[in-house]
Amino acid sequence: MRALLSHRLVPVVAMAAIVVLLPLLFSSAYYYRVAALVFVFALASLGLNLLMGFAGQVSLGHAGFMGIGAYAVAIGPTHLGVASWLSFVIGAALSALVAFVVGRPILRLKGHYLAVATLGFGLLLAIVFTNEARFTGGPDGMAVPRLVLFGSSVWGAQSWYWIIAASFLVGAVLALNLIESPTGRALRAIRDSEVAARVLGVDVAKAKLAVFVVSAIYASVAGSYLALLNGHITPDVSGFLRSIELVAMVVLGGMGSIAGSLVGAALLVVLPQTLTFLHDYEHMALGLIVMAVMIFLRAGIVPTLARALDLRRA
Amino acid sequence: MPAYAKTVAAAIALCIAGATGQASAQVKVGAVLSITGPASFLGDPEKKTLEIYVDDINAKGGVNGQKLQLVAYDDGADANAARTFATRLVEEDKVVAMVGGTTTGATLAMIPLFEEAQIPFISLAGAIQIIEPVRKWVFKTPHTDKMACEKIFADLKQRNLTTVALISGTDAFGKSMRDQCVAVAPKAGITVAHEEAYGPRDSDMTPQLTNIKGKTGVQAVINPGFGQGPAIVTRNYRQLDITLPFYQSHGVASKQFIDLAGPAADGVRLPAAALLVAEKLPDSDPQKPVVVAYTRTYQQKTGQPVSTFGGHAYDGLMIFVEAAKRAGSFDKAKVRDEIEKTKNFIGTGGVVNMSPTDRLGLDLSAFRMLEIKGGDWTLVQ
Amino acid sequence: MPEFLQFAFSGLTVGAVYALVALGFTLIYNASDVINFAQGEFVMLGGMTTVFLGLAGVPLPLAACLAIVATVAVGLALHRFAIEPARGAGAVVLIIITIGASIFLRGAAQVAFDKRFHSLPPWIGGDAIRVGGATILPQSLVVLGGAVVIVVLLWAFIERTLIGKAMVATAANELAARLVGIDTRRIVGLSFAISAAIGAVAGILITPITLTSYDVGTLLALKGFAAAMLGGIGSAVGAVVGGLLLGLLEAFAAGYVSSQYKDAVAFLVILIVLLAIPRGLFGRASVERV
Repeated sequence: MRALLSHRLVPVVAMAAIVVLLPLLFSSAYYYRVAALVFVFALASLGLNLLMGFAGQVSLGHAGFMGIGAYAVAIGPTHLGVASWLSFVIGAALSALVAFVVGRPILRLKGHYLAVATLGFGLLLAIVFTNEARFTGGPDGMAVPRLVLFGSSVWGAQSWYWIIAASFLVGAVLALNLIESPTGRALRAIRDSEVAARVLGVDVAKAKLAVFVVSAIYASVAGSYLALLNGHITPDVSGFLRSIELVAMVVLGGMGSIAGSLVGAALLVVLPQTLTFLHDYEHMALGLIVMAVMIFLRAGIVPTLARALDLRRA
Repeated sequence: MPAYAKTVAAAIALCIAGATGQASAQVKVGAVLSITGPASFLGDPEKKTLEIYVDDINAKGGVNGQKLQLVAYDDGADANAARTFATRLVEEDKVVAMVGGTTTGATLAMIPLFEEAQIPFISLAGAIQIIEPVRKWVFKTPHTDKMACEKIFADLKQRNLTTVALISGTDAFGKSMRDQCVAVAPKAGITVAHEEAYGPRDSDMTPQLTNIKGKTGVQAVINPGFGQGPAIVTRNYRQLDITLPFYQSHGVASKQFIDLAGPAADGVRLPAAALLVAEKLPDSDPQKPVVVAYTRTYQQKTGQPVSTFGGHAYDGLMIFVEAAKRAGSFDKAKVRDEIEKTKNFIGTGGVVNMSPTDRLGLDLSAFRMLEIKGGDWTLVQ
Repeated sequence: MPEFLQFAFSGLTVGAVYALVALGFTLIYNASDVINFAQGEFVMLGGMTTVFLGLAGVPLPLAACLAIVATVAVGLALHRFAIEPARGAGAVVLIIITIGASIFLRGAAQVAFDKRFHSLPPWIGGDAIRVGGATILPQSLVVLGGAVVIVVLLWAFIERTLIGKAMVATAANELAARLVGIDTRRIVGLSFAISAAIGAVAGILITPITLTSYDVGTLLALKGFAAAMLGGIGSAVGAVVGGLLLGLLEAFAAGYVSSQYKDAVAFLVILIVLLAIPRGLFGRASVERV
């Protein structure tokens, strides 16, 4: 029994159970929408977690990839006549390509220097999205046509909840596979000590680039979902504050923890909704909660709780 | 399932469940405003105005025998958050109308929701795309950026000036107005000879102004933008000794602009609502009683100078209230019909006459051309 | 020629602002390896507190001093209640804590002050000074001068006082510093206090030019951080050079390339510089222990 509980897919099964059972508590489309948003950001933080938690690299510009995915599903159908689902795929491919091209030189930098480089990259993308109004609609953004699947258009928070939550679960399974693979082990070796890993024969540059590209794809998919869910997209989707939010979600939930990505996303998406009763004091409360979680649960929520309950970490 | 997974599930569910507002028998009016963030300069006076006047209306007995309850959320100028709060207003709070949407981006993101839910939505944002194409349930109170351009160009023609340079903020308001000015210029006989841009948070625009100064043939300069940027541009303008006529936009319509720009603001012209010169209007002006009353109330209750942004919120709320009174109920379809039939409503922005094709109801005469003299607004005749 | 000079003056004015913020980042990083994203809020607090005390009737010089004291208190509180308890946590955790602190301080400023923009009268008023066809405001010279004075004072402090040496020791090797009897906790707290003071002074100096409001901190922190990295984090000279360089890049990009894309150009150049010189312009090479 203990062996069964320790199987690596247990966290995924647990999350799948949550996905299926949660709607029993939903009394209106509002809840579906909030939950759908949670899974969108969980998907993006999952990708970032692979980069930060497992490979130990930091990126302060990850929302830029969300922007690429988001604008792909907006511009494709509107300006280029490409179907939404195809634009979705093209967006992910484009993000992968950009990550590949940009990642090669940037990933040679370390620590805070890498942070600044990724920050600059994210800002550059946000500026392009804001200024190229002819394609992107400028700072006011543009409308996103509905996704048409098998002849009918997908609309409504409820449908999107199931689609996005399912995508997150698929993403979690893929991430788990990556982590347990040789590449995953190489990444963990790099996180612990890059020099030692290189001495052991790990192709550090290749591994870092691979995880950067994968994390970019996750972010792009999340961005596309966000655009389709909202029906409208603005340049803030790839802004600096959004990137910081993603990093906070990863760290608060637990770096290196798949379930942590979900918890971190849930915290930062749901908290502003619950704190509205504080009105002007909402931001003070948010800041205090973020600080408190980090001070008292410094490994992140899920790893700290798991350690406290003495169970295997996700 | 593992203990931590259960706690996670419970936590998420509780959080979402706890986010419900209290059920109440009052009539709820929703407002999603940018109270914090880059547009808080606009959203804060809007919120204060709505709060003051909802209280005022309730103190006088409410509307149709019922008290109003304002449900206001802060979107921080983020369209995604705006959409979430709009969903909350529709699904959870069950509002009968919405007066809000500080920024165009947030408004555009929320429109499909209110159209689908069939709830009247009076927007407080500036761009013309909000009412063009006309949507059944959407109205707005602020003058469009297109009108601002037309008013400025008309004034330029009167002064026999035809070649202009634009220096605009890259924020949504600046960009939108810049686009409208460029589109409207040929028809108005104006040539845009040069353009520059600046970030809304930049602190020095002398490079951009230097380029404008160096461009031959420019006869006047227009600055579409809002917030602190225009104040800095104005200061830099004088610092560089540029003497060409200088026009601001209605995005700076608050006494604060004059305070911040200082003596550099003298001679600057801008199109703005009569609200800014309330006390200086001739007694025969139909808007005078309304704008004077609003100015006094707002300044007394908040201790801050009045701004047209709060004025637009006042207009939006009052148009809704008047429509509800005429409809005799809060039935959304009936109220919407009455809003559309608004005639001769005297607001802070002008005299409003809505129609099935005109969801703003203001014409160019609602904009007054003002000039700053001696640290105060004056009307240009 | 006059255009070039004007762009240069604009760049130096804005660059001096970034330089002061970057200095704050560098100081705290030097003592504790923490990147303090609340640094921008120190600048905001300096300016806003002075403005509001002034509005309440306090004479401006006194208001400025009180603002600096208040900001230092906030800096010490930040260290004592947020950074200290998380000692030993990884770098990213500390960064998130400072981000949480900046959200908190912004939220508090909203409530304590207001959401409008404010200005302060310039220290040296009067018309712009004309040099070679270009103009520069006297206050810009005050800001530049202030940056120089602060760097000199910092240098004197580090090189000439015992506490300064203790700071260098803590930065070099915390354990060794503790072993020789240095109270590293107080040293780190001191670094926060000095950073807060520098931030507050920066806020008071720049407000006559850049105006202030409750959320000026975010963008300043962003640019200050980028400037500090450009110059090489850990080097005070690097921070100042990085800040000035960033300001100049923005101004020249706005003047000669495209005012719409000036920030993009500036960041592109930073990226290129970092790729060529991975430690920043004046950064020290370090040995990575395995």
